Amino acid sequence: MTIDWSIVQMAIPLLARGTVVTLQISVAAGVLACLIGFALGLAALSNIRPLRWVIAAYVDFVRGTPLLIQVFLVFFALPVIGIRFDEIWAGIIALAFNTSAYIAETVRGAVGSVERGQTEAAKSIGMFRWQILTYILLPQALRPMLPPLTNELISMTKNTSLLSVISVYELTRAGQAIISVHFVPFEIYLLLALYYYALIKTLSYLSRFVESRMPVL
Amino acid sequence: MTNEIALRAEGLTKTFGSKTVLRNVDLVVRKGETVVVIGASGSGKTTLLRCVSHLELPSAGTVDVGGKPVGRVAIPGGWKPASERQLATQRRGIGFVFQRFNLFPHLTALDNVAIGLRKVRGFGKREARTRAAEHLDKVFLGEHLDKRPAELSGGQQQRVAIARAIAMEPAIILFDEPTSALDPELVREVLDAIRLLASGGMTSVIVTHEMSFARQVANRVIYMDEGVIVEQGTPAEVFGAPREPRTRRFLDHFTASDTRTSA
Repeated sequence: MTIDWSIVQMAIPLLARGTVVTLQISVAAGVLACLIGFALGLAALSNIRPLRWVIAAYVDFVRGTPLLIQVFLVFFALPVIGIRFDEIWAGIIALAFNTSAYIAETVRGAVGSVERGQTEAAKSIGMFRWQILTYILLPQALRPMLPPLTNELISMTKNTSLLSVISVYELTRAGQAIISVHFVPFEIYLLLALYYYALIKTLSYLSRFVESRMPVL
Repeated sequence: MTNEIALRAEGLTKTFGSKTVLRNVDLVVRKGETVVVIGASGSGKTTLLRCVSHLELPSAGTVDVGGKPVGRVAIPGGWKPASERQLATQRRGIGFVFQRFNLFPHLTALDNVAIGLRKVRGFGKREARTRAAEHLDKVFLGEHLDKRPAELSGGQQQRVAIARAIAMEPAIILFDEPTSALDPELVREVLDAIRLLASGGMTSVIVTHEMSFARQVANRVIYMDEGVIVEQGTPAEVFGAPREPRTRRFLDHFTASDTRTSA
């Protein structure tokens, strides 16, 4: 087995272009997932029971089904009932909703595990429920929330490779395109692994950096 | 002390499952009065305070603070339970100082006191901070305004908690064993702060095991056992000549172990 270096040379810039798309999808889906996840997580702490049930059912569904099927649902099933996205947005939406369910659980768990005395102290000075959540519980929950949150975002970034199956021209798809023309799976899949590895390492380094800058309570 | 009534609790009862921890307790506290509640652990003292403040919802009974109902709202022909939001507003008349301080760890001493002034009483940022600093000065913490709770001793933390409560200017402040979680050498500074506020006209109900403090600071002492008020009177009456055998037994047991004198 010898490595065909000319293929490697040719592939590097092509894969770089795929990496840019992977990053774009990750950022868009990550931002959406955080917004939806925080909203759901906080709503799950409300005292409106039907709202809590709906969120619990949603989280249960998302966590109980494979991401690949969720991607197919958004890309192939929704158009049947008239909701149509192009492949990139279908991918972003599927990833965002998938990740948001995990983030919602993280937010709910972290806020819920702030010591009960904090809520009581806030009640004792006459705060309303949403004030307690905003000014007392959420600020204290942010730091414990951060490691699981960044883990979710990192696995979401890895999961973008699944979008290759609906022809999103991201990193994995870019590699497969080269393989289908030149039949060089060894070089290209090795390169893909290296690209993903570098991407994920950079993200985990960034997340550790952010964590280290968060004040310890 | 005036004749104006700060707190009126009637028929307060609390059951947890099949266990009744508070039985039909009546408690009236006048404006400016300092009431000290004593009794063994499990006698219902803490539950009494928590039911008055509605941090624990009473199973039965009513609470009125400053002449206004707490935990219920008037409807034509009677009352209905207050919503969570109404209760939050009603609770502003009641201050609470916890055994374990419960300061907000992400805020400085100043902001622990100022946050209620801003978010609940609606003062602007500058005004809230000025007032908060004044209240912290009253408990001798004027030099620790910018410290986080983790940087303060237990005694200092509890004094911040007291400042946080008085800053809301409630009709009454409830102290739930304010020195029980403190190292012995820190007890005195907290009791001194409470004593000073009490002499300045604060209305309070204090649950404590500090008998000599109770003797000095109380206008009235209440002895509780098994969820009922067994006996109450002036400190001289309750400590000097308890009428009930149960009170006598409790106090006898106590004088032997009351080594943490505070004066």
